[in-house]
Order: sequence, then structure tokens, then C-alpha cells
Amino acid sequence: MPLLDVRDLSVVFKRKGTAPFTAVDNVSFAVEPGQTVGLVGESGSGKSVTSLAVMGLLPKRGAHVTGSVNFDGTELLSLSMKELRNRRGRDLGMVFQDPMSSLNPVITVGRQISEVLQRHRGQDRKEADAGAVAMLDQVGIPDPARRVGEYPHQLSGGMRQRALIAIALACRPRLLIADEPTTALDVTIQAQILKLLADLVRGTETAMIMITHDLGVVAGLCDEVNVMYGGKIVERAERHRLFAEPRHPYTHGLLRSIPRLDAPRGEKLVPIKGSVVDNIPWEGGCAFAPRCPNALQRCRQVMPELEPEDARHLRCHNPVQPAAVAEGRAER
Amino acid sequence: MLRFIVRRLIQAIPTLFILSLLVFAWLRSLPGGPAAALLGERQTAESIARLNAAMGLDQPIYVQYIKFLGRIFTGDFGTSTVSGDPVMAEIRRSFPATIELGLCALILAVLFGIPFGYLAARRRGSFFDNATVISTLVGVAIPVFFLGFLLKYIFANQFRLLPPSGRYAVGAPDITGFATLDGLLTGDLAATSDALLHLVLPAAALATIPFAVIVRITRASVLDVMDEDFVRTAESKGLTTPVIRRRHVLRNALLPVATTIGLQTGLLLAGAVLTEKVFVWRGLGWLLATGIEQRDYPRLQALILLAAGVYVLVNLLVDISYAIIDPRVRVGR
Ligand SMILES: Nc1ncnc2c1ncn2[C@@H]1O[C@H](COP(=O)(O)OP(=O)(O)OP(=O)(O)O)[C@@H](O)[C@H]1O
Ligand code: SF4
Ligand SMILES: [Mg+2]
Repeated sequence: MPLLDVRDLSVVFKRKGTAPFTAVDNVSFAVEPGQTVGLVGESGSGKSVTSLAVMGLLPKRGAHVTGSVNFDGTELLSLSMKELRNRRGRDLGMVFQDPMSSLNPVITVGRQISEVLQRHRGQDRKEADAGAVAMLDQVGIPDPARRVGEYPHQLSGGMRQRALIAIALACRPRLLIADEPTTALDVTIQAQILKLLADLVRGTETAMIMITHDLGVVAGLCDEVNVMYGGKIVERAERHRLFAEPRHPYTHGLLRSIPRLDAPRGEKLVPIKGSVVDNIPWEGGCAFAPRCPNALQRCRQVMPELEPEDARHLRCHNPVQPAAVAEGRAER
Repeated sequence: MLRFIVRRLIQAIPTLFILSLLVFAWLRSLPGGPAAALLGERQTAESIARLNAAMGLDQPIYVQYIKFLGRIFTGDFGTSTVSGDPVMAEIRRSFPATIELGLCALILAVLFGIPFGYLAARRRGSFFDNATVISTLVGVAIPVFFLGFLLKYIFANQFRLLPPSGRYAVGAPDITGFATLDGLLTGDLAATSDALLHLVLPAAALATIPFAVIVRITRASVLDVMDEDFVRTAESKGLTTPVIRRRHVLRNALLPVATTIGLQTGLLLAGAVLTEKVFVWRGLGWLLATGIEQRDYPRLQALILLAAGVYVLVNLLVDISYAIIDPRVRVGR
């Protein structure tokens, strides 16, 4: 049985005076214990909203969530606020994108870790403070005994993100959601943080959802990858399969737009033309059609379903053929 | 922390220095000079010359300024032309009345302002919120003396619930000059409650504007902070609502409120003049009002310097409280 089973999750934002906006549209995926699953897609494709829905962190007013989020046999969407708070921080941890604004500026880093331990582990202040030092040490912050007493503005960007990771992992949650944890950081620091996350979850039962718009991040980390476009999952596959043989034209385009070590020398990067259209036109066709080189007449009339095919899940009427993948490479 | 306080104290010196220069220049610029101003209608060329010599006004200007500073430091502000008493004695007599009134108003404004603003923010868009926002708009716009007369008319004249003016009816023996304290110190509780009753109306009138401003700033600030990423992080930790509100929302939201309280304390001095006039409250504002009417320059000069000093002190207190709440101020720079 999977640890997390998301079924037909939809999130619609409704505000007075504006048309309802579907940010997440019938998304289903599962995460096994110890597994790392990627959620990839351009900005605005609904990755963050999906993760916030799982955590129950969407605003109560204005966001309508339907479907099912089953965590280890418990339906999270029907939990009371109180029961949900008992789970958050203990079973489910989350690391956010911007480490500066995600830490409270007027409380010491140590306190921000120890308060989780006090809340969920029933520890007294002294134990929890010691636990905070241990956590900072574990996420690779040098001189943790001194750093616990410091405030977020005294830490570098990379250290702040490490502190956020320490907060999220303090109670050893069974699921860690990392929402673009490296986007706000320097390239060299990015690699360090990714390695830290990988080291922390590898060989443990902790499952991880890695959210990113950067396939390079996914490449080194994820077991399975979900590619999202316009609020829907368009392709899901085991990582190696996806990288070796992207079948969805959007995935294919994404892979061609990033630099790869295994690509032949001199290969040019090809960006996907256009951008995510704001209101999702999935009804009556494929939302990617305006940007898709493979689009057929049918693509503008019938919405493709996510179907198992070729050892993966695919939502496309006219997928890229395996031969064409190789050809596309030879061409360049 | 101590270093921070000392540094801020040193920074206050130039401000006070410039202020003393301004007051000095103001006195020099009066028509006919200070002597003529002091003598008023009884002046003759001769009496002016005599007074000029007596006051050292025939000496070079920088000598005069240094002497002026010397007098300030020894607390010698001359004698009031209205009462004939030394100005310092007048101030010492009236000081407790104003402090009592101002402190009372400030406590009311903060004690009610922060919770009201906080609750309005928590229930944004509700009837309570809308009612609060509208009444604070009215509160800021209404002139203090009008409000004072209105309160007096309703609660003192019509319903006779509270005394209309003055600081006390009987009065305990004068020990500290603070009517409420003196009652407590002498064990005369009746005197204390009498003094408190006399305080209600003027303190309410004086508190209205700072209360309204504090409500509005608190509300806006809490709304801002509730949208911050770190509040979402706190939620993601599963913390309970009271902890999130106290530790994460309120602490951050109070930063701008602290600054506002400081600014409002400065403005209280101005409000006190009007309030004291309406309620015949014999404090510094009363001294100032009568001083202006009678052109009592020695008294005005002393009161202006005092106000400036208090203002600088209040700002210092605000900075210190800011540093207590916000670590970035403490360590930064
Ligand atoms: N609270 C909200 N109210 C209304 N619309 C929202 C809200 N939050 C997100 N959206 C919209 O939902 C869509 C998906 O947003 P989401 O944040 O999930 O994108 P994302 O895939 O995480 O992109 P990014 O890479 O920029 O983080 C966006 O178009 C966004 O404008
Ligand atoms: S369904 Fe059609 S338009 Fe959509 S991705 Fe596939 S080929 Fe392109
Ligand atoms: Mg996002």
C-alpha cells in the first residue's frame, strides 16, 4: 500500500467577481514509503497548489479542494483542523522555496526547531533545545551550539535553507514535501542542498515529494517523475525511462531545453515556444496543442486521457515515437 | 543592549543641541528683543536698557548663548511673568498632573487599541471589523476639544456620572503630587478613587486619537503578517493556533505598532494642552495655554525645552522596545 495516495485531486480558486480558476485538475499519484517522487512543470502548472492541498495549507476561503488525499489509510481532506495539526510537522514535513521569508525574523533559529519538538514529541524546553542543536548538526551547519541562538538574518541563504530542512525533519516525518527548495539559492549551494536532502532521506523510510521546474534537479534525486502541465499530469514514468525516452511532446521539449551531460557535443538547446496559458483550456482538447509540434486535428477536439502505455502513463494523442527521440538527437 | 542604549543616548545630544539653539534664536527674534517682550506694555527705552544689562543682553551673542545653556543645565528658567513664581517651581507643581493624565490616556489607548486592532484583523470583513474601522476614522477626525466638551456635557452635565473638571474634590495630603498615588500612600482610598473618577473623562478624551491610530496600525500590520511565508511555515509545523498567533503573528505585527505608540506619545503633549484647558486640569498644558495667552516668555521657553526633552526620551524608549522585539535592530550596525 502506498504511503500517500492522491486521487482525482482538484483545486478550484473562486473569488467574487472573477471566473473560477482550476489550478489543479484531477491529479492522481502515489508515493511509496522511502520513495522520492518528482513533480515537474513550468511556473504556474499547479505544483505548489498540489502540495499545499496535500498539507491542508490552502486558504480556507476561496480554495475549493475535491478528490482524495489518503495518507497511510487516513483521508487527510476530511480531517478536522485539530487532527490535521497533529499530523503536520509530525507525519508530514514541508520545505519551502524562499528560506529568508519562510523563517520568522524575530525568533532564534533554535527556537523555531525546538517548538516543533515540544509540540509533537512532548519534550520540555531543555530537551527540545538540545534536540535543536542535534538537528542543526545533522543538516550540516557548523558550530550548531552557537547557531541555535542566532536569528535568521545572521545566517547565509544556504544555511537558512538547511535550518528550514531541520525544522521539517525534526520529528522524522514519514513524508517530506520539498517545494523548489533550491530555486532561491546560488548554483553551488543548490547542489549542496540537494545532496543533503538525498543523504537525509536515502536509506530511511522517509518518502519525499520533490517539486521543481528544473529537470536537472529531478535527474539525480527522484525514483519516479510526474510531469505537470496546466494543472494536469501529462506523463509519469520511472526516472531513467523518462530521461531516456520522453514520449510526451511537452516532456520531450523540456528535456531538449536543458543542458545534459550525456548529450553529444555541440547539441543545441531548444526552448519550448510559448508559455503556459493562464486559464486552462483542457475542456474540448489538449491544453498543450497551441505549443505542440505534434498537434493533430483531433488534439483540438478531444481531451486526451492519462493512460498506461509503454511502461508509463501518458496523456497524448500523438506521442513522440521512440525512434524520433533518437532521431531528434541525431539531427542536431 | 547596554551599548545600544548608550549609543542612542549619544545620538540624542545633537538633537537637543539644535533645539536649544532654535529656542535661543526664537527668544532673540521677538519684536524688540526678549527684554521688550518681558516688559510688555510697561516698557520704556530706559527700562529695556536696564533689563538688557541685568540679563546680560548687552554682551556678545555667543556669550549669551553659553550663559543660556548654563541656566538650562542648572534648571534656572527665570520667573514667570504671570504668577511671579520661579518657572521651575511651577513646572514641578504641574508636572505630576500631566504625567498622570498622559500616562492614563496612553495606557487606555494601548490596552484597548492593540486587542481591538488584532480582533478586527482576525475577523476581516465582519460587522465588528467594519464597525471598528469606521469608528476609528471618526475618532481620528474628531477635534479633541469638541470631544472633550461632548463627553463633559453627556457624562457630567446630563447624567452626572462623573465630575466635570479638576483633579480632585477633596484631595489627599500632597506627597508625590500624583493625586492617585498620594491617596494610596496615605491609605486614603476614597481620595484615590475620587482622583481616578476625575481622570476618566479627560483621559478618555485624550486617548481617543492615539487609540484610533493604534487600532488602525495594529489591524493593518496583523493583516500583513498573517500573509507572510513564515506564518505558513508555522502552520506547516502543526503548531496550535494560540502559539501561532502569539509567537509568530503578534510579535512581528507589534513592530510598527511600537513606532506608532512613540509618535502618538509625542502628539499626546499637544493633545494635553487642549484637554487640560477643557477640563480645567492644572498641568503643563494648562501652564502652556495660560502662558501663551499672557505672553509669559520665560515659562514658554522652559516648556518648549521640556517638551523637546520628553520627545527625545520617548523616542529613545521606543527604540529600546523595538530592539527588544526585533533582533535585526539589536545586532545590525
Ligand atoms: N491563493 C490563490 N488564489 C488564486 N489563484 C492561485 C492561488 N494560488 C495559486 N494560484 C494560481 O494557481 C496556478 C498554479 O500555481 P502554483 O503556485 O501551483 O504554480 P507552480 O507550479 O508552483 O509554479 P511556480 O514554479 O511558479 O511555483 C497559478 O496560475 C496561480 O496563479
Ligand atoms: S495531445 Fe496532441 S497537442 Fe496534446 S501533447 Fe499530444 S500531440 Fe500535442
Ligand atoms: Mg510553486
